[in-house]
Amino acid sequence: MKEYRTISKIAGPLVFVEKTEPVAYQELVNIVLYDGTIKRGQVLDTSDDLVVVQVFETTTGIGKDSGIRFTGETIKMPVGKDMLGRILSGGGKPIDGGPEIVPEKRLDITGAAINPYARGMPADFIQTGISTIDGTNTLVRGQKLPIFSGAGLPHNNVALQIARQAKVPGSTESFAVVFAAMGITKEEANYFMQDFERTGALEHAVVFLNLADDPAVERIITPRLALTTAEYLAFELGMHVLVILTDMTNYCEALRQIGAAREEVPGRRGYPGYMYTDLACIYERAGMIKGQKGSVTQIPILTMPGDDITHPIPDLTGYITEGQIVVNRDLHRKGIYPPINVLPSLSRLMNLGIGPGKTRDDHKKVSDQMYAGYAEGNDLRGLVAIVGKDALSERDRLLLEFADLFENRFVRQGYDEDRTIEDTLNLGWELLSTLPVEQLTRIDRELINKYHPKIKAGAKKE
Amino acid sequence: MEVKEKKTKETKQGVLKRIAGPVVTAVNLDAHMYDVVKVGKEELMGEVIKIEGANVIIQVYEDTSGIRPGEPVSNTGLSLAVELGPGLLTSIYDGIQRPLAVLVDKMGNFIERGVSAPGLSHEKKWTFKPVAKVGQTIEPGAILGEVQETNIVHKVMLPPNAKPGKVKEIKTGDFTVDETICVLEDGREYPMIQRWPVRIPRPVKEKLNPTIPLITGQRILDGLFPIAKGGTAAIPGPFGSGKTVTQQQLAKWSDAEIVVYIGCGERGNEMTEVLTEFPHLEDPKSGKPLMERTVLIANTSNMPVAAREASVYTGITIAEYFRDMGYDVSLMADSTSRWAEAMREISSRLEEMPGEEGYPAYLAARLSEFYERAGLVTALNGAGGSVSVIGAVSPPGGDFSEPVTQNTLRIVKVFWALDAKLSQRRHFPAINWLNSYSLYLETLQSYYDKEVSPDWNKIRSWAMEVLQKEAELQEIVQLVGSDALPEAEQVTIEVARMIREIFLQQNAYDAVDTFCDMTKQYDMMKAIKTFADLSYAAQLAGVSPAQIIAVKAKGELPQIKFIKDYKPELAKIEKQMDDEFNTLRSAA
Ligand SMILES: Nc1ncnc2c1ncn2[C@@H]1O[C@H](COP(=O)(O)OP(=O)(O)OP(=O)(O)O)[C@@H](O)[C@H]1O
Ligand SMILES: [Mg+2]
Repeated sequence: MKEYRTISKIAGPLVFVEKTEPVAYQELVNIVLYDGTIKRGQVLDTSDDLVVVQVFETTTGIGKDSGIRFTGETIKMPVGKDMLGRILSGGGKPIDGGPEIVPEKRLDITGAAINPYARGMPADFIQTGISTIDGTNTLVRGQKLPIFSGAGLPHNNVALQIARQAKVPGSTESFAVVFAAMGITKEEANYFMQDFERTGALEHAVVFLNLADDPAVERIITPRLALTTAEYLAFELGMHVLVILTDMTNYCEALRQIGAAREEVPGRRGYPGYMYTDLACIYERAGMIKGQKGSVTQIPILTMPGDDITHPIPDLTGYITEGQIVVNRDLHRKGIYPPINVLPSLSRLMNLGIGPGKTRDDHKKVSDQMYAGYAEGNDLRGLVAIVGKDALSERDRLLLEFADLFENRFVRQGYDEDRTIEDTLNLGWELLSTLPVEQLTRIDRELINKYHPKIKAGAKKE
Repeated sequence: MEVKEKKTKETKQGVLKRIAGPVVTAVNLDAHMYDVVKVGKEELMGEVIKIEGANVIIQVYEDTSGIRPGEPVSNTGLSLAVELGPGLLTSIYDGIQRPLAVLVDKMGNFIERGVSAPGLSHEKKWTFKPVAKVGQTIEPGAILGEVQETNIVHKVMLPPNAKPGKVKEIKTGDFTVDETICVLEDGREYPMIQRWPVRIPRPVKEKLNPTIPLITGQRILDGLFPIAKGGTAAIPGPFGSGKTVTQQQLAKWSDAEIVVYIGCGERGNEMTEVLTEFPHLEDPKSGKPLMERTVLIANTSNMPVAAREASVYTGITIAEYFRDMGYDVSLMADSTSRWAEAMREISSRLEEMPGEEGYPAYLAARLSEFYERAGLVTALNGAGGSVSVIGAVSPPGGDFSEPVTQNTLRIVKVFWALDAKLSQRRHFPAINWLNSYSLYLETLQSYYDKEVSPDWNKIRSWAMEVLQKEAELQEIVQLVGSDALPEAEQVTIEVARMIREIFLQQNAYDAVDTFCDMTKQYDMMKAIKTFADLSYAAQLAGVSPAQIIAVKAKGELPQIKFIKDYKPELAKIEKQMDDEFNTLRSAA
């Protein structure tokens, strides 16, 4: 392989190389330092006279004397069955002291788009044991459902609780967890690793760790390595794979850094204009394929800068993913765990995974009714602060109490408390029964007669 | 999409000079703007978008990874065109009209590149029944014959840019789209297929002013903010507010004869949902599977951006083609913001001077050219047809002041403003009744008078007034509580709640409530109005608001939504309402 020493410029994570033979767009590049260390990069722009290489590690030590080797192929990831139980760096190198991965295949990490015609419709209800998810924002196999959080909130606990408790009731198919950390602290990473070890989940997991002190640019490839692995496990080995990506905010920062180094015209708040497409190429790598066994379910985690849901990172994410679970600071302050605010939360695939035969016939309508009640009760809190409780009508007073009950009984649960969907829905009815029946306008009469605790009990006595 | 090499012009092969993402530069290439070219050894499809000295700049419709400078580029000499003819209906295409089902056969479950596939099947035979007669002089757009494509009759037409001529021979029988079915006396031969460049509107004889509503079965749309057949509407809203669900509801239930649904830079699963659901849903009018009247274009967010840019043009050209047959077509584009972003991305790679928020300066022009392709028309062949265009807009941060929303609002006639506050409380469709508008209300009035009820327009304005009034009252309530309001106004608040919860809220996932015809809409609104009239009368007679709110019949009313044959139940409730108020009044 020819080695060039024609670097003309180094700026941030970018290296400019001149006078090369024709180099392919997105080709993998090895940069050889004076001491023999090799750094990896990728071609971002190629022409007769200039090639721009993005380096995935720090450019420390790279100089005009460094050698550039173009490998002639795009970045590939070696994958194999023995990856389960392994811990790899954010660049895909084993860091657990174990042997190299024995590749059964080498796959392009960009991943091609699933043909929409080949997609299978997600339909399997995943029970996470968390009421605010199962009851009101149901997760379905093959869905991409991010957690929107803020700095210092317990999103990691929520993610771990999901990873630990998630199951498809009645299913015994094999599953795996792919965990990719991008720019999180060592302490956070340990927290995840200890929980994986404690529960034995590590055996079924592949872990990619790019920590806060690892090169930022490497974060660009970490989620792609993780998803390539997940797709291999799912679509070639037929496993149901849960992918946790944390923290996507750090990924986006890395993207912005590269855009700035390339002197691109920045979009909103300095993030590149193509960030929507770039994120979509990550998040869309979830789903099922018609006639195949496996699935990829994604739970990306991101911290909203300044708790602002309109910030480009959560905003673009929300436009791509199939809903979001929003972790809320006020609830956390009130001491409620998991502090999930259901109002801005949403699962768009909920309707595919619930209902008779899957969960229960009343599921959708109970959920809608609780939303309506909680939303209205929550609004009334503002009014009460101004006019006092006494100015409220009886209807409003009951709604206000419902909002409190909802937070304290439905939202609040233990870190290890694993509620069945029956428990969750029955709890919902119990809370709804504190409201007058005429106020349950979202639920049809039949279901009220079937499930309403007061009416049902009354019917039995007669 | 298949492009035939032009044989007349000898084209020189060019050479790739630079590759950076979806935009590449070639040299030594004879090219004109918007020529379709084949890029690299794998012959990826691209389109010329800029010519600068010796450099020809090309946007490539497929992933360019692995392509090197020095690879060949050849010009087809044709512009980007779609194949039009029998076989369009029930198809699902990518942004450049490659049938996704064929791509699965050719390259498996993932979309690889360098595979071309024609938009129509060139093998399948269709039964052609002639309409044109031998000896007849036919004009451009004339109907040559018919093919029963699905339950829809496909009219085979003389291309709009063909010269008139006299029919020498017209065939009957089974043909592929390429076989000649008509010969003119001057020797010209026509097959069923025609090609049309997507960026050029198909010509019509005349554009007319829309006067008939597109009935959607969605109460807030038909009842408060209707769109006309041949009209334009925009539906902007933050993520998760209901753009896609509303568009899908329109694709399912609107009384268009043909539906073109463009998933432009959105989710793969949403297209799969349409694909799995539509074949099982029935058109409420014809009773036939909805898929039979539908054409889908799916260029999802992770598919190449240049093809995303093309997808809206591919869609609208297909819509115009069916319009020319005399059909009412409705086209949904979800989301036009992703299309605008594709323009922005390509423009920034061209290093064009950016306009507002980085969008190219021609954003407004492109948007208005697109919506201008909607309309109620007299086709060249004299048939009346229409294309209604409904575009979703996805403003960053849900802020409507951004360029795509603003430029769209300047063009479209109907504005359905989605509101995150409403969607968060699961008030669906989350269309804000105070900010939305329809500029078709006046022109549609006479239709409602005739087809729905002479007092429909009156009841509609009454409902809008109540909702307006409620908004004002709510501001006071926020300060002093509802008990402090005068009694009549407490009643108004209750009536407004009924309009919102009973009439406006409509559950797309309920088997019955998902579609509501005009009669039922009228009956429901009328029942609420009756309740209001009785309430105000009772209040004057001394009945307290609390007693009015407690009327049992009111609590029964929402159930009407979920009952298919609701009339007996509604009559019962109205009777009960009467009785209860009589009792209240006589006690007061
Ligand atoms: N008419 C409706 N009836 C019932 N539910 C609805 C209705 N409209 C929207 N929803 C609910 O809102 C969710 C989000 O709607 P939708 O996917 O249409 O949002 P969107 O505006 O297209 O968002 P995005 O911009 O992210 O694509 C749906 O999954 C559904 O749960
Ligand atoms: Mg949508």
